Amino acid sequence: MTTSPIDQVAAKTPDGMARKIKGLSDRTIAWIFVAPTIFLLLAVNIFPLIWTIRLSFTNYRVNRPNNDVEWVGLRNYERILNDPDIWNTMQATAHFLLWTIALQVLIGFTLAYLINKKFKGNDLWTTIIVFPMMLSPAVVGNFWTFLYQPQIGLFNYIVAFFTGADPASFSMIGDVHLAPWAIIIADTWMWTPFVMLICLAGLRSIPDSIYEAAECDRASKWRQFWTITIPMALPFLMLAVLFRGIENFKMFDLVVQLTGGGPGNTTTLTSIDLKREAFEKWRTGYSSAYAVILFVTVFGLASIYVKALNKVKER
Amino acid sequence: MSFSVTEPTKGTKWFAGILVVAYAVITIIPLLWIIATGFKSPSDSIAYPPVVVFEPTLEGYVNLFTDRTRATDDMLEAAGPPQTWYEEIARARGTVISGPSRYGERFLNSVIIGFGSTALCMILGTAAAYAFSRFRVPLKDDLLFFILSTRMMPPIAVAIPIFLIFRNLGLNDTHLGMILLYTAVNLSLSVWLLKGFIDEIPLEYEEAALIDGYTRFQAFYKVVLPQAATGIASTAIFCLIFAWNEYAFAVLLTSGEAQTAPPFIPNIIGVNGKDWPAVAAGATIFLVPVMVFTVLLRKHLLRGITFGAVRK
Repeated sequence: MTTSPIDQVAAKTPDGMARKIKGLSDRTIAWIFVAPTIFLLLAVNIFPLIWTIRLSFTNYRVNRPNNDVEWVGLRNYERILNDPDIWNTMQATAHFLLWTIALQVLIGFTLAYLINKKFKGNDLWTTIIVFPMMLSPAVVGNFWTFLYQPQIGLFNYIVAFFTGADPASFSMIGDVHLAPWAIIIADTWMWTPFVMLICLAGLRSIPDSIYEAAECDRASKWRQFWTITIPMALPFLMLAVLFRGIENFKMFDLVVQLTGGGPGNTTTLTSIDLKREAFEKWRTGYSSAYAVILFVTVFGLASIYVKALNKVKER
Repeated sequence: MSFSVTEPTKGTKWFAGILVVAYAVITIIPLLWIIATGFKSPSDSIAYPPVVVFEPTLEGYVNLFTDRTRATDDMLEAAGPPQTWYEEIARARGTVISGPSRYGERFLNSVIIGFGSTALCMILGTAAAYAFSRFRVPLKDDLLFFILSTRMMPPIAVAIPIFLIFRNLGLNDTHLGMILLYTAVNLSLSVWLLKGFIDEIPLEYEEAALIDGYTRFQAFYKVVLPQAATGIASTAIFCLIFAWNEYAFAVLLTSGEAQTAPPFIPNIIGVNGKDWPAVAAGATIFLVPVMVFTVLLRKHLLRGITFGAVRK
């Protein structure tokens, strides 16, 4: 846009304020509007990030401010990458990520497909299904510990009701084999609607005319599903996976309230481990390096994924 | 009714409907269970088998909002008859109310920090979104991507230096600190969403206003803002919900003064161990407003959760 109408306009405006504004070009206004946002983000995101990177090369500890801070080079990084505990944590995170995404995509897409059949009252039921994902994960996680209680918990009762097992015989959050599934179930309950909503948008974006043409060509419903529905909904599905992937890689609140990372380290996801290192053991330098590694990982994976997503979109 | 080959048959609709309703019912059970537990007596809340029909009581809510101490019979007699209905509930358990609990304060903190950060976020976000939508900003795409990328960082990763900065500035455990922090966290969402909403307003309205003698600023707040009102309102609700639900920063950076409800609710403990009705009551009061907002937001839900990447 050119500045000329503004100059004209400002010339017509009598008060002094306007005369001052006349001097402001669009460019200046743009900067006045954008600068506070950029400034705040730099102060709260980038500056701390740079500080984290700097700390990651030191042996600084927040709880011992009087100790000499030594520059240790890459030693923190070396120790982290050679630490078997951290690789276990990474494995737990990968297990959590893969299963939550697989289940949420499967259930979410199925639900979206069914809702797209436009039965009566589908809006109402969609809204009800969406509730869990809007709630506070920490509060929800805490409450799931109640549902998972052996004997008195509703979840155990229902499982026992259908399988005939004793509801006191298993503890979802106390058993090393069940705990990883306890967090997967709770996360899937909470976030399946997210995948569902995005898939629904994808399905609704497919024009009816394509199905009509396929119908004229006598393509079976099964064939239509695999050659029209899936490919056309795929970019949306991939977007949903991207969002869930990033979110669950960062997962902290739900799981920390649900299992606290236990029993043992079976549900210690990376963010929980990082929190322990940084705010319980106070190994600031070490945990800064840990944080940098996590950030680089998520950023790297996300960038590769976005490239793949764009390729699918272009097709 | 118009006939279309793509319209699902009646049978298909019934089948799909039944499956979706079944899922919805299963998914809503834990939420209804939270709400119901809030109205149970402690013994009902841990009964086996779980009780569905029970005599509702407000004991959970009384326990949530008060601190109580165990009292001997002599003390109870000396205290005289209960003055209020909530004292009566406490007395029935052999306790006396010693004062209000911390929950009220924590809830108020959530309200102050939630609304404060949302307001600030909307002011900054609307201005930035307008500039990104209407002006030629140098490095626009890079800046927009930068704004979005701030969301990819695990909160714990930036929490270490923020903890240090806040400590140096005296912002640890203060409302102002949390408001600034949540504003920064939510800015990416508000800028991206609002840019989408403002992009949809035809440029002609502003051009007409400018020609009619409005200044840029006047055109912004007299033409663009009213047009974007729905978008701004739904973006604000999203920011509010995110700030309301946030836990990681809250648990690391606040402990007393400015602690919000999410880190507090799980730590509610009764006289005899975990007081589940009180926890459930606290959760109910905290979660139900969000459910109401979800219903209000349902048209814009998809946009909000995808940062405007998917518009229906």
